[in-house]
Amino acid sequence: MPFQIVKKEQLSDNMFRVTFHAPLVARRAQPGQFLMFRVDEFGERMPITISYFDREKGDVTVIMQRVGSTTALLASMNEGDYVADVVGPLGNPAEFDNMHKVIVVGGGSGCAIAWPQAKGAFDRGCHVDIVAGFRTKGIVVLEDEMRACCKNLYMMTDDGSYGEKGFTTVKLKELLEKAKAEGEQYDTCICIGPLPMMKFVCQITKEYGVHTMVDMNCIMIDGSGMCGGCRLTVDGQRKFTCVDGPEFDGHLVDFDEAIARSKIYEKQEARVFQRRHHCTLQELADREEAARKAAKEGK
Amino acid sequence: MATNLSPTKNPIPEQEPNVRNKNFDEVALGYTVELALDEANRCLQCRRPQCVTGCPVNVKIPDFIKLITQQDFKGAYHKILEDSSLPAICGRVCPQENQCESKCVRGIKGEPVGIGRLERFVADWVMQNADEMPEKPERNGHRVAVVGSGPAGLACASDLAKLGYDVTVFEHLHKAGGVLAYGIPEFRLPKALVQKEIDKLTALGVTIQCDATVGKALLIDELLSNDPDVGGYEAVFIGSGAGLPVFQNIPGLNYCGVFSANEFLTRINLMKAYDERYDTPLMPISKVCVVGAGNVAMDAARCAKRLGAEVTVVYRRGEKEIPARKEEYEHAKEEDIIFKLLTNPVEILADENGWVRGIRCIEMELGEPDARGRRRPVEKPGSEFEMECDAVIMALGTSPNPLLRKATPDMEYTEKGGIVADEHGVTTKPGVFAGGDAVTGAATVIKAMGAGKEAAAAIDRYIMKK
Repeated sequence: MPFQIVKKEQLSDNMFRVTFHAPLVARRAQPGQFLMFRVDEFGERMPITISYFDREKGDVTVIMQRVGSTTALLASMNEGDYVADVVGPLGNPAEFDNMHKVIVVGGGSGCAIAWPQAKGAFDRGCHVDIVAGFRTKGIVVLEDEMRACCKNLYMMTDDGSYGEKGFTTVKLKELLEKAKAEGEQYDTCICIGPLPMMKFVCQITKEYGVHTMVDMNCIMIDGSGMCGGCRLTVDGQRKFTCVDGPEFDGHLVDFDEAIARSKIYEKQEARVFQRRHHCTLQELADREEAARKAAKEGK
Repeated sequence: MATNLSPTKNPIPEQEPNVRNKNFDEVALGYTVELALDEANRCLQCRRPQCVTGCPVNVKIPDFIKLITQQDFKGAYHKILEDSSLPAICGRVCPQENQCESKCVRGIKGEPVGIGRLERFVADWVMQNADEMPEKPERNGHRVAVVGSGPAGLACASDLAKLGYDVTVFEHLHKAGGVLAYGIPEFRLPKALVQKEIDKLTALGVTIQCDATVGKALLIDELLSNDPDVGGYEAVFIGSGAGLPVFQNIPGLNYCGVFSANEFLTRINLMKAYDERYDTPLMPISKVCVVGAGNVAMDAARCAKRLGAEVTVVYRRGEKEIPARKEEYEHAKEEDIIFKLLTNPVEILADENGWVRGIRCIEMELGEPDARGRRRPVEKPGSEFEMECDAVIMALGTSPNPLLRKATPDMEYTEKGGIVADEHGVTTKPGVFAGGDAVTGAATVIKAMGAGKEAAAAIDRYIMKK
């Protein structure tokens, strides 16, 4: 039974917002849960966090970065097109208990997952500050959405092309130090982004004793506990991201292991990309960049 | 025709081991009409047939075999269908040597009648020569929901549909069939055949809804409610299978290149990693170590072999204790799979990037029998050794999936997490029935099918009494 793409927007050079009509997923979806989609008969089953849901319309929205073949395929589809499968909601909903003063750290496409969580905490009356980091200006997304659900938003870019120049970790450390000095330390950090960023954020928050929740996005096939491919070590115990997560206490996650496991299929993925798209991801991006430039000059 | 007194079964034609271990086509090619007739004539048509008692669903074995001898293959097929819903599948994957065939009198002074091979012949013959889609029976106006489209769910749905029930099967994956689709490999059970059985179910009027996760998208109570969108079912059958893979607790389990058998088999069977057209990635594997020696381990080992790897099965007990079907073990050996018995892994070794480079094992010897009468393996001190490999597949069984349990706390579960149900599949929650691996833990296709049929009868009684 195919699922229709009812809305698709390009948010930045490589970020997309896609809304599927999937009433079964929408009806019980909650913040923090994910869905899995499969573009067509030959596609992978890809997990992705649900950003918004509209129960009445039966729609669910995801925000994704074009990072590999499957996301590039979805990005190339249009409103009105159908994907083969959308299943969910999977995983456990995010928890907002015992949060008062929250610092949210989002990195790149992780901001797409971080902002609904920030919103969840903000809507429950928490003091929320957000540090949002991007590599460069061209990929900044969701700034207005994030600004709307926090007290302070700190925009950071690696190259300084927008907001402040620097990594999220630098800003985080500065804010934790300031809060400590003022005697009003944050009680919770919600951190979502690339694995290395989460690893370093957790090292910093651990120093300051700030409880930190991270959202793990692992390689998985079924998303229901069957394959065990998404297993992690958390506090020395084996956990499955799909049924035990995706949210975990960041101070207990073995990030080095998760980073190694995230790269298992890197080589194969590049080959699949080539076969599906007849070019590399970089060539595709370059081609689009050239087209954008040409369109600009044409004006 | 005279009884065939040959003490041995007619062998089933097979692909040559050194050919088949390089392709995913079916290994056993099936009896020809001549072979089937010859084998059917080995049946003595016992007055009190023991084979029937050995069958979990009591297929009327001598009756269908007699119809074969009369060359009424279609009649034989329908005779099997009186008790079994999936003859083409059971003829292939049932452990007949422990069931029907273990009770056959011909087995006392020779080999038993090849009941499984005959069952398969009949099902295949009908599929090729006289296949017909079943007609939709008249509806009785009652609705039943089935959770999971594996053997238990399919059998339950089929029996209920034949009784006139309006049945919807909910499946989490994108393809129906459960373990028949994701677990058992193509070379043992062609997927086209599974699809055919599912098409027949659809023809009976059963609705199969894939991408529908009961316990997440839908709750059991919602199915049983009057909710106009998702409710309206008078009973629910849970056949959600065994679920979570068990990992041995040894260091190195999370290195890159360590798989559960579930993951490895799903990548290959459901996601078709061996087929160029599919996106499913699988890293190149050249030396694979499979831990465990059940049927799933044999499937994983034989799949790895077909992907071009040198495969070693490591098992902590001896040959006699191997839990896999003898046929599967024999097939694996013929296909040049190496068996290191009385050997237990103690640690998985990796290179500096976290990729598997080998496995450290210890030799075992058999000690005193345990509670189940199997001799307990004990470590031989100082016998540790290392084996080189680039992938390790853990095939040590599964434990029940926590997903439904978390979502349905008002039902009783065993200590191990299985659903508590009686022999008719009746659970402690009114209107909810269960069967198959979700109740018993990992077992066989036919047992799950039997449980599904038993529950269908119980559901019919339950609804008719209301």
